Amino acid sequence: MQVNENFEPVIVAFCCNWCSYAGADLSGTNRLNYPANVKIIRVPCSCRVNPMFILRAFQKGADGVIICGCHPGDCHYTSGNYFTRRRITLLYSMLDFLGIERNRTRLEWVSAAEGAKFADVMNQFTEDVRKLGKNRRLEDLRCRKQ
Amino acid sequence: MQRIGVFVCHCGTNIAATVDVKAVAEALSHEQGVVISQDYQYMCSESGQDLIKNAVKEHKLTGVVVCSCSPRMHENTFRKAAASAGLNPYLVEIANIREQCSWIHKDIASATDKAIILGKAAVAKVNLNTPLTAGESPVVKRALVIGGGIAGIQTALDIAEAGFDVDIVEKEPTIGGKMAQIDKTFPTLDCAACILTPKMVEAAQNEHITIHSFSEVSAVKGFVGNFTVTIKKKARFVDETKCTGCGLCTEKCPMKKVPNEFNMGLDNRTAVYIPFAQAVPKVATIDPNYCLMLKNGKCGVCSKVCSVGAIDYKQTDKFIEQKYGAIVVATGFNPIKLDKYDEFAYSYCPDVVTSLELERLMNAAGPNGGTLLRPSDKTHPHTIVFVQCVGSRCDDSKGKQYCSKICCMYTAKHAMLIREKYPDTEVYVFYIDVRTPGKNFDEFYRRAVEQYNVHYIKGMVGKVSPKADGKIDVQASDLLSNEQLHINADMVVLATAIEPDKSARPLATMLTTQMDTNDFFTEAHPKLRPVESATAGIFLSGACQGPKDIPETVAQASAAAAKAIGLLCKNSITCNPCVAHSNELMCNGCSACEKVCPYGAITYQDKEFRMPDRTTAIRRVASVNPAVCQGCGACTVACPSGAMDLNGFSNSQIMAEVDAICK
Ligand SMILES: Cc1cc2nc3c(=O)[nH]c(=O)nc-3n(C[C@H](O)[C@H](O)[C@H](O)COP(=O)(O)OP(=O)(O)OC[C@H]3O[C@@H](n4cnc5c(N)ncnc54)[C@H](O)[C@@H]3O)c2cc1C
Ligand code: SF4
Ligand code: SF4
Ligand code: FES
Repeated sequence: MQVNENFEPVIVAFCCNWCSYAGADLSGTNRLNYPANVKIIRVPCSCRVNPMFILRAFQKGADGVIICGCHPGDCHYTSGNYFTRRRITLLYSMLDFLGIERNRTRLEWVSAAEGAKFADVMNQFTEDVRKLGKNRRLEDLRCRKQ
Repeated sequence: MQRIGVFVCHCGTNIAATVDVKAVAEALSHEQGVVISQDYQYMCSESGQDLIKNAVKEHKLTGVVVCSCSPRMHENTFRKAAASAGLNPYLVEIANIREQCSWIHKDIASATDKAIILGKAAVAKVNLNTPLTAGESPVVKRALVIGGGIAGIQTALDIAEAGFDVDIVEKEPTIGGKMAQIDKTFPTLDCAACILTPKMVEAAQNEHITIHSFSEVSAVKGFVGNFTVTIKKKARFVDETKCTGCGLCTEKCPMKKVPNEFNMGLDNRTAVYIPFAQAVPKVATIDPNYCLMLKNGKCGVCSKVCSVGAIDYKQTDKFIEQKYGAIVVATGFNPIKLDKYDEFAYSYCPDVVTSLELERLMNAAGPNGGTLLRPSDKTHPHTIVFVQCVGSRCDDSKGKQYCSKICCMYTAKHAMLIREKYPDTEVYVFYIDVRTPGKNFDEFYRRAVEQYNVHYIKGMVGKVSPKADGKIDVQASDLLSNEQLHINADMVVLATAIEPDKSARPLATMLTTQMDTNDFFTEAHPKLRPVESATAGIFLSGACQGPKDIPETVAQASAAAAKAIGLLCKNSITCNPCVAHSNELMCNGCSACEKVCPYGAITYQDKEFRMPDRTTAIRRVASVNPAVCQGCGACTVACPSGAMDLNGFSNSQIMAEVDAICK
């Protein structure tokens, strides 16, 4: 695939309030750079992320979606991220079926102390999505203009 | 019709230097529902908050978006401002354009674009916000302190002083922690036991304090104000209520070869033991790994000699359940294991000891009654080498990256005490840097060098080799003179790095509190909330939060107590209104939500519904207890019929944010 130098991917990041959102804040406090492509949506826990939200993002033009939660065992609600892990695994087979490359969706554990990791993950993910190029937009056939 | 006000903060230049705030305000003014959009220097200042209050009144706002720093900073500030002007506080949303925009981007154009999109997402969300009212939940007026070192003791005493009941759970047979093992304390050189043991006794005698020694926390349920904790009282095979601590059993016990952990294994104790003379509670404990009666049913001496019949070989672990309003963690620290440091010969040379072992060797209640003797041949050492930073400030994976903070000072203390008591002893200290930032600390260290002639050498010790004649060859480099040195030593003392107690990690999981990468508990805010954990109702005390000396530990312990008392004083606390609720018309009673709820907040009710044919039918539907729900949202995703939703983070709100970002 041709890599388009000017392609700026749209990336949605869901971050749980207790670890990853705080990790993102920490990377800000430490002035660690990551691309402006990444836009964060705060959710109470990674388990609040309904796979529907991810599909919705792809439908609306996102090129990549990343879900960040506390490390296994550290979820503020004890077990939320275990649900997330299972749900995302299931979602992958759905995405395969839809023909959306797996690398466009990622699940990462970032703790409140890992500001540097947050920035690294976002840099890497943006690069990976950039390489994949523009996403084929998921369309809702019912809404297609005739 | 929505009437939304947007306020874009400059945060001085923190935001305004990289984000064109005027452009952001202008762009957002065209968004759906926005009636006023302005920028201001400092939104969190009083005049900034007034701006919100006035706008709420003047424009009859139905929603507010503040584009500013992280909601973790000022969400509450802006909610309160809105509430004081009569707007429901949950109609306020924050777009984080500082931590997650201006601070990470350099290019003004792309940072401004991003800020606009984040603002649009917040506006899209606030369009769908609904007013929420927080419920109240009662506060149980009892506190739990986990760990009975000086930190836990001080916290418990302070809470009890305020008139609240407090329980200490200590995993060892006695409270006291590491301070009970220390000989004298820097920077004043007063004896640790003399200042600690009165406090231990005070805790034992205080009518508000209950000490559960030889106990552990095995489960924690609930939330701030209302925790339910299961405490495991480990079998000590002695009835605590009967034992008088006379110690007769420990004298008569035939099993005398048990390594004494209180003396760091430097001498032996009996299978039935009391850790030290001033132990609190002063109750014997039988070690089942060594007790002949418990191992092979032959002995029973202690039971025969005990005049009060306290010995109970059949005792089992007991579990008690107790409710608490606040929990304070005070699990302290331990020196690291030195198995990765073979170059110091610690594992095979008895005369290479850790600093904590040295404390016992010098302690009047220690194995040698306070006379400093080499562990190997019980002779007086004439040359002693101290190695600092063993396992601290390491850039490899062998040790810890952090500075253990207390070692410079206690090494100066040890050196000084040895020179004071045994002036014929030469003392060398190898250091990387000497760090003495505390009050009277540098003076203390300088006294060691100037008054006591301790030889401080900036350099690293490369190898410690025991020799056939019983001496120890210490090979080191002197960084200032750039020389290789060999010191013919009698003893080597390793200032060993400290790390959190191993039980801290599983405890953090039970308490759902955060830890840093080194397993120290993380405070809610490193500067502004240093004694609270991010989990409401759980406070941090002492070295479990980071390396600390005693004065710092005690200061934090009292601060944690003050925070806990502040909570216990309240009769009830406002709950988080961002809880789940199910739409009864859509719920099919499938129980999917109940299975994922970690708090058991979901129950089922049979309700009557009118059916299309005008009959009524009874259906089973989910109902969420808002006082128990913590708002994680797990159930909302599990619900196959879309009946379950979360206040404040509803499906439609999050979708609206997604849409705004992807547009
Ligand atoms: C060699 C050495 C010399 C020192 N000298 C000095 C000095 O001269 N002056 C000075 O100011 N400081 C000195 N210190 C530091 C001092 O020891 C600490 O500041 C202090 O002990 C910290 O108290 P703490 O209560 O936080 O932790 P600790 O003393 O470690 O107490 C923690 C307690 O919690 C218990 N616990 C742990 N986990 C659990 C659990 N899961 N459940 C129940 N209970 C648990 C432990 O058994 C222990 O009793 C020295 C330290 C060392 C190692
Ligand atoms: S959001 Fe749902 S799963 Fe989470 S605590 Fe509340 S009821 Fe339980
Ligand atoms: S998962 Fe949904 S449908 Fe099933 S019981 Fe819970 S709220 Fe009702
Ligand atoms: S709170 Fe972070 S994953 Fe659950």
